[in-house]
Amino acid sequence: MPEHTIKAFDEEINRLRGLVAEMGGRVETALEDAMAALVEHDNDKARRVVSEDRKIDLLEAEVEKLVVQIIALRAPMANDLRDVIAALKIVGVVERIGDYAKNIAKRVPQLGAHPTIEPLSLLPAMAQVAGEMVGDALNAFAARDAALAEAVVARDHVVDSFYNGIFRALLTYMVENPKTISECAHLLFIAKNIERIGDHATNMAEMVYYAATGDYLPERGRDTGIES
Amino acid sequence: MTEQTTPSAPPKMAARHVNVFYGDKQAIRDVSIEIDNDHVIAFIGPSGCGKSTFLRTLNRMNDTVAGARVEGDITLDGENIYDPSMDVVQLRARVGMVFQKPNPFPKSIYDNIAYGPRIHGLANSKADLDVIVESALRRAGLWDEVKDRLKDSGTALSGGQQQRLCIGRAIAVEPEVILMDEPCSALDPIATAKIEELIHELRGRYAIAIVTHNMQQAARVSQRTAFFHLGTLVEYGVTSEIFTNPREDRTKDYITGRYG
Repeated sequence: MPEHTIKAFDEEINRLRGLVAEMGGRVETALEDAMAALVEHDNDKARRVVSEDRKIDLLEAEVEKLVVQIIALRAPMANDLRDVIAALKIVGVVERIGDYAKNIAKRVPQLGAHPTIEPLSLLPAMAQVAGEMVGDALNAFAARDAALAEAVVARDHVVDSFYNGIFRALLTYMVENPKTISECAHLLFIAKNIERIGDHATNMAEMVYYAATGDYLPERGRDTGIES
Repeated sequence: MTEQTTPSAPPKMAARHVNVFYGDKQAIRDVSIEIDNDHVIAFIGPSGCGKSTFLRTLNRMNDTVAGARVEGDITLDGENIYDPSMDVVQLRARVGMVFQKPNPFPKSIYDNIAYGPRIHGLANSKADLDVIVESALRRAGLWDEVKDRLKDSGTALSGGQQQRLCIGRAIAVEPEVILMDEPCSALDPIATAKIEELIHELRGRYAIAIVTHNMQQAARVSQRTAFFHLGTLVEYGVTSEIFTNPREDRTKDYITGRYG
């Protein structure tokens, strides 16, 4: 894309995109670390995820400030305007994803050692897919890649199927092993958090698609087939 | 060119395959566009893109420029304005114009407005003329500010008031189309806002076309925007679309400040 005649405008846009990328990178790490803490029963790592979340919130505030400044001082138009609005909406979503990662991390100390709960084995795979969706949506924003954004949206159903499978498995497991109900409830919330992360990645990808093309993706069915 | 709206009624003005030459130099290339009462149309583009030249062809202001030549059809209510039978003075009453620099006559405020109606024989009596002057000044949003000093010189008004006086002068002869060539570029933001509000109020009653270098102004006052570049109409469409999602790269580069 050609540069703006006013160089400072390009610098501000680049700074904005840099902040979004940094925030996205931190959230991806938060999710990975939260899942690693869960699998490895690593309470220290879980605590670090919780404390690092504050930096994500600060980045969101910084982006919001910069967006307001750019709109007020530069009056962006067309693709610039769409970029700036997308950045504002994306950081809101990324912040939410950070909260879900933090929420997962907070449950780690309460779970204790639980090698016996078999459905747990599905959670890392589910989180892997959701995490990749988040990463791809962020990469699509960075590269203004509408095709990559579309591919993220198309993958949401994978996370949903994971969730439905884990939901059923945990219910069955709880019925058969009532002593594990408290732990299983935690795992169920974790699965739900990951499912929501997938939804948020999808929303982010839709915004990226709009920013890149100026058009909206065709409306998906709002009934996502989630069982609960 | 992308979206071309097709109104059911014939357009107030229509240009079809218009070319304009200044001597050997072609200033406008094959421009087709319609202007109608229900929307204000803004012509935007870099200096020298032909937007003002095109605006001036719409009431034959270019006739006075030596070597200027217009090809193609420009119609007002279906009538070709370049037809030899067209009365140019009459045409310019029907298609009024407001210029960049306010240019009131060195006469009283009253006479600035009354001049046109007088020469076009629109008033039968002094009382008629008083009604026309008041009505034009009211529609120009100037009445309350000048009603007690109609005998004062028009040139004694502030720049913004002078420009509204010029709009009132254009309105007084009951035009059908009003062409504005950068009407606010010499005005401060408050005076500009008043003109923009006036444009908003005049919409529907008159077909309005405005040339502006101020993109925000085009976005604020128009419902349709036409982007000119190197004498061609690059893109024409709904203003909100042009400024959020232009289809042509040249439009995008211009409105986002990436041009040249």
